[in-house]
Amino acid sequence: MTKLRFHIRFPEEKIPEPIVYHLGHEYRVVTSIRRADVRETTGWMDIELSGETEEIERAIDGLRSKGVSVDPIELNVVE
Amino acid sequence: MPATATRDSRSILVSKEKPSYGATEQRLGDGRSDLMPEVTKMKALACRECRKEYPTEALHVCELCFGPLEVKYNYDDIKGRISRDSIQNGPKSLWRYKELLPVASRPTIGLHAGMTPLVHAKNLGAFLGLDELYIKNDCVNHPTLSFKDRVVAVALTRARELGYETAACASTGNLANSVAAHAAQAGMQCYVFIPSDLEAAKVLGNLIFRPKVVEIEGNYDDVNRLCSEIAGERRWAFVNVNIRPYYAEGSKTLAFEVVEQLGWHAPDQVVVPMASGSLLTKIWKGLHELHTVGILQNVQTKVNGAQAEGCSPIATAFKHGRDFFQPVKPNTIAKSLAIGNPADGYYALKTAAESGGSMESVTDDEVREGIKLLARTEGIFAETAGGVTIGVLQKLVKQGAIRKQDVTVAYVTGNGLKTQEAVVDSVGRPFRIPPSLVKFEQMFGQQGAA
Repeated sequence: MTKLRFHIRFPEEKIPEPIVYHLGHEYRVVTSIRRADVRETTGWMDIELSGETEEIERAIDGLRSKGVSVDPIELNVVE
Repeated sequence: MPATATRDSRSILVSKEKPSYGATEQRLGDGRSDLMPEVTKMKALACRECRKEYPTEALHVCELCFGPLEVKYNYDDIKGRISRDSIQNGPKSLWRYKELLPVASRPTIGLHAGMTPLVHAKNLGAFLGLDELYIKNDCVNHPTLSFKDRVVAVALTRARELGYETAACASTGNLANSVAAHAAQAGMQCYVFIPSDLEAAKVLGNLIFRPKVVEIEGNYDDVNRLCSEIAGERRWAFVNVNIRPYYAEGSKTLAFEVVEQLGWHAPDQVVVPMASGSLLTKIWKGLHELHTVGILQNVQTKVNGAQAEGCSPIATAFKHGRDFFQPVKPNTIAKSLAIGNPADGYYALKTAAESGGSMESVTDDEVREGIKLLARTEGIFAETAGGVTIGVLQKLVKQGAIRKQDVTVAYVTGNGLKTQEAVVDSVGRPFRIPPSLVKFEQMFGQQGAA
């Protein structure tokens, strides 16, 4: 079991979608939201995903394919 | 779901679950042997969002809310041990401010970093219409000619205290140079992670110090994610990941030195280049710490942020009056500031607003002009980040945000020799003559002036 932390950000058109709900149903990952800010035009969440590493990777790819940006909790590490 | 989203900015959502441990937990260093009583000056690491406190170990994210951690000091204790005299009698390096830096014992790494010149820029000031303009010149920092030598000196000294023997970072430039050089001097193992498409010259600048340079196939997002995961898995001092709370504190010395060099006065205005936004917030923190411990009477400094238009998420948010920023894909010659999703962007916005400062951005052409203007007026060859600072300084003066009589400090954080490609096509060519005095005089006249 791996636990990884991510900062996800979604565009305006994704705000009404139950992204986290789908994440838990489409992939074998457990989601735990720690902070979030959702507004009319943008939104972000700091979230922990638990599961097998390969399944977390699949979940991230799935989010990205839907136009959701996924970054490590530290955001940009490359300086 | 343990929490619900709200519409408040950066709302803290508190989970009822116990904090999670496992692969996300940071490995702790185990070297405690060299800790002296001075350790009491560091109270704790505290979450910048929910204020939960943690021990002063290699931790960087709050286990509860995932907010970033920051060093919290015991200022009452420090106040009794620091004074203008004690600082002035200290070493001629950033370690003269050791009392306000997050190290528990004697500094061991980066002993010559800091104490760079504060140049009274009379020529540039006259050009811009400023009476009291100063350039904080970190182009000449030791050993790798950028302000990163400050943060790395502090980060690796602390890493050593925590028992780490391997230093690491993910970087495309100045940070990698500095980590590799300091690790070489300290005899530490060193890993530098870079994107696989980085220019050869920049790779060479790291290889000379003999670190293990790892090229990662993929884009910047891939590099970011892998490095974050490696930092969680390996017992390494990843300076800007698990050591980040200590690393970032090194930037405060840019505030401390300026105050001392101005005769123990805080400037009226500072102009600071922004990448992650951390530098700007730490300069502000440093100024206020000097006030807290009784060294500065008051702080009324306006903190202004500078970015290149091709990567200006923070400045753009500020100009639109927003307290959040939208990440961008960087496209600018100012590579050392090209962080599209800046970790401290939110805090930088807050700092500028609190201080009454401003933020601006400049085009790549204005960056080049800024580099050349600083060079021809003050004899300082800055890298592209310096061009951003000077370009934005010029804009803020024109806007009236910085006034003629304001004591203004512009931070120039890296050396132009590292980014020569930015100006190579816009500085002209040498005069070419045959080896003949006649030809020379024909070109330059009897007085030797062209």
